[in-house]
Amino acid sequence: MRRSTLVLLGVLAVLALALPVVAQLPYHRDLVIKVLLFGMLAQAWNILAGYCGQISLGHAVFFGTGAYTSTVLQMQAGLNPWLGLLGGILLAVILSQVIGYPCFRLRGHYFAIATIAVGEIVQTLALNWEMIGAGRGLSLPIRPDSLAAFQFHRSKYPYYYIVLAFLLICLAISAWIERSRLGYYFRAIREDSEAAASVGIPVTRYKLIAMAFSAAFVAAGGTFYAQYVLFLDPESAMPLSLSILICLLAVVGGVGTLWGPLLGAAVLIPLSELTRVQFGGTGRAVDLMIYGALLTAVAVYQPAGLAGLLRRAWGR
Amino acid sequence: MGLLTIPPTDVLIQGILSGILMGFVYALIAAGLSLIFGLMEIVNFAHGEFLMLAMYTAFWMYALFALDPLLSVPICALVLFGVGVLVYYGIIGRILEGPMLAQIFATFGLGILLRAAAQFLWTPDFRQVPDAWVAGPVRLLGISLGLPLVVASLASLAAFAALSWFITRTETGVALEATAQDRQAAALMGINTDRMFALGWGIGGACVGVAGAFLTTFFYVFPDVGSTFGLLAYVAVALGGFGSIPGALVAGVIIGLIEVLAGLLIAPAFKYVAVFLLYLVVVLVRPQGLLGKF
Amino acid sequence: MALLTLTGVTKRFGGVVANHAISFQVSPGEIVGLIGPNGAGKSTLFDVVTGYYRPDAGRIAFAGHDLVGLRPDQVNRLGIGRTFQKLRPFREMTLLENVMVAVMQHTPLPAAARAEALTYLEFVGLAGKGDVHARNLSTGERKRLELARAMATRPRLLMLDEATGGVDQRTIPGLVALIGRLRERGLTLVVIEHNMRVIMALADRIVALHLGQVIAEGPPAEVVRDRRLVEAYLGGAYARGA
Repeated sequence: MRRSTLVLLGVLAVLALALPVVAQLPYHRDLVIKVLLFGMLAQAWNILAGYCGQISLGHAVFFGTGAYTSTVLQMQAGLNPWLGLLGGILLAVILSQVIGYPCFRLRGHYFAIATIAVGEIVQTLALNWEMIGAGRGLSLPIRPDSLAAFQFHRSKYPYYYIVLAFLLICLAISAWIERSRLGYYFRAIREDSEAAASVGIPVTRYKLIAMAFSAAFVAAGGTFYAQYVLFLDPESAMPLSLSILICLLAVVGGVGTLWGPLLGAAVLIPLSELTRVQFGGTGRAVDLMIYGALLTAVAVYQPAGLAGLLRRAWGR
Repeated sequence: MGLLTIPPTDVLIQGILSGILMGFVYALIAAGLSLIFGLMEIVNFAHGEFLMLAMYTAFWMYALFALDPLLSVPICALVLFGVGVLVYYGIIGRILEGPMLAQIFATFGLGILLRAAAQFLWTPDFRQVPDAWVAGPVRLLGISLGLPLVVASLASLAAFAALSWFITRTETGVALEATAQDRQAAALMGINTDRMFALGWGIGGACVGVAGAFLTTFFYVFPDVGSTFGLLAYVAVALGGFGSIPGALVAGVIIGLIEVLAGLLIAPAFKYVAVFLLYLVVVLVRPQGLLGKF
Repeated sequence: MALLTLTGVTKRFGGVVANHAISFQVSPGEIVGLIGPNGAGKSTLFDVVTGYYRPDAGRIAFAGHDLVGLRPDQVNRLGIGRTFQKLRPFREMTLLENVMVAVMQHTPLPAAARAEALTYLEFVGLAGKGDVHARNLSTGERKRLELARAMATRPRLLMLDEATGGVDQRTIPGLVALIGRLRERGLTLVVIEHNMRVIMALADRIVALHLGQVIAEGPPAEVVRDRRLVEAYLGGAYARGA
């Protein structure tokens, strides 16, 4: 790695570790946690969409699967939330294969619409499934602060370190994927899946692998969210707007890169908080306007996103 | 959940009839989408928001100039025609040969922008036209149906017929269809494909414009109103066959029926689940749709 | 013992019969030229053999395996490589990466794959351009890249669709020499070509298609004199010694 990259990483590492000390206000701390969580979700989406070229517009379904699995197992079977985390990941991966196997033979636009359809179906089912609280949602039982219980109340800093760790694991695995045969195969599939098949790549199998990685990290994010907010309902855990937000962060930040999605989250989420503060009640619409405009602008003019812009400015 | 409840017969028949009638409106909305996809294999993910714009146009014509929505039909058609052409030249024209990501998110982002702009400009309040010319029930074969729905439906059918006539009987329309069938051949024959694409977007917009004006007579108008219609339109286009105008008609009616029947027989919450399931079944089992070319 | 055997291969698209009862064999080490006017069904036949389309009738046997019903990636892993008429490089990847993707089938680790990919780029004369993005290549260079990528999967049979179509005239002899060197490496080749001089120089045998059917087959010197072929395709130009 180049020295400039190492220096940058060093600075980021120091910032990351020091942040809880600097960001004392709960408001800032929550914002940072949100940025890190969504950065991870966006990067997870990026594995499937950016690297492998399969655009899913229904990824929130995996977030909800992770969140609900660990929560339900905890509430109904007393299962430790960390084990529930693994359970959520497993279930999400299985779901991803069930969705992907038939849907991956669809062409791009059809596949995207299919993911919306699946997302809506699952959300409606969840809204009507009594065992998981239906529309009323689930409130997690409050436990005393501990890592084992995955709950912290007196100080929320441990949440920060946990989500940071999740994010770093996601980035590390993504970096590994990028450099390995998986990464090359994903990119070939994204560029031209028929040509990829002509050199021996089993296209559907690799799309499913990308889907599995992607779903796993999103599910982990879901479990984290459940333990952080301690309340869960289909509206917050698997709405279409969440799927859209994930795509948005990754696309504006820069798909197909390691840092793009995180950059997108770091820029857009504070931005939306700013607009909410500035514009009060209608703030919700202003940030969406910006999001929509950015998304279109990036798609048309700068598919490499903010990361691409920065890369050019840096002269790499 | 999971239990079918059979409603009384007259409710069922009323539901079926209104489902079919609504289906014609869906068909008109879907026709525009299908036309665009048939021409350039791009899905307009902002199609629902185009409809929303049409409905707001009709509403504001009413609120500001006391124009009944029926009178606004040509206005909405023209405005949305313009929107379609603008979107083509401003956005779509630049991403025709681009990567899948660009093609999907260009219109997806536009949809988000339009929805948010509507909320910003006109608030999330539900609007309506309380004293439209068409209002109240009408009795058809002994069944009571809303007059606005019947009018909207017949108008949609008429617009649909006009569209089909245009495509098959006018020189421009035939050129449009030719461009959809084979872009290169059309270009070789001297057809300006760029202008054909713009025309396709314009007509797609106009279809939605007409549908939107009529919908305003019996639907609330609010920023999110387009989302569901948009999703139903995608299903209709996939079911009927991407690029097939007649297919959009058949599919629109089927979707109208399924929406009503699922709501009546299972539960209102599951109306759209049934429609989305239908989409999944269709694209997986018969990817080219009922009457499609692809 | 034939390497590739087609028996009665038929492919229909709606009302159009693209391939009708096509039968021929390819022996190991041969170069077979596949010729015919546009629309004769040559590329479709390639697509059928390599698994992109399933034939409506007929059998395809390759080195003892039945190819019908296999996916393209499975066909490739059995030992058939191909290029495309409409060139399909991985545009946003460099030349080296393009070939590496193919190499990784047998050599999964990136470092070793990179080294091996370089050897294929050298073979086709693109060694210095490894870091150029595929979208920035000329047509002739793209043809060479397709060739390198197809070779990198270590096929026994290489099917080239339009080996020299659309390239600058001056680069044709180089391409022809390159294809000749492929045979020296032990590859068997089926080559679709419109350029008759290329075919005459390269092919051991020619199979001529017209309207989806085989109308002539045999050594080049014989086939070009076949009356049906001359009528269907060659016209007066070749006969007049163009």
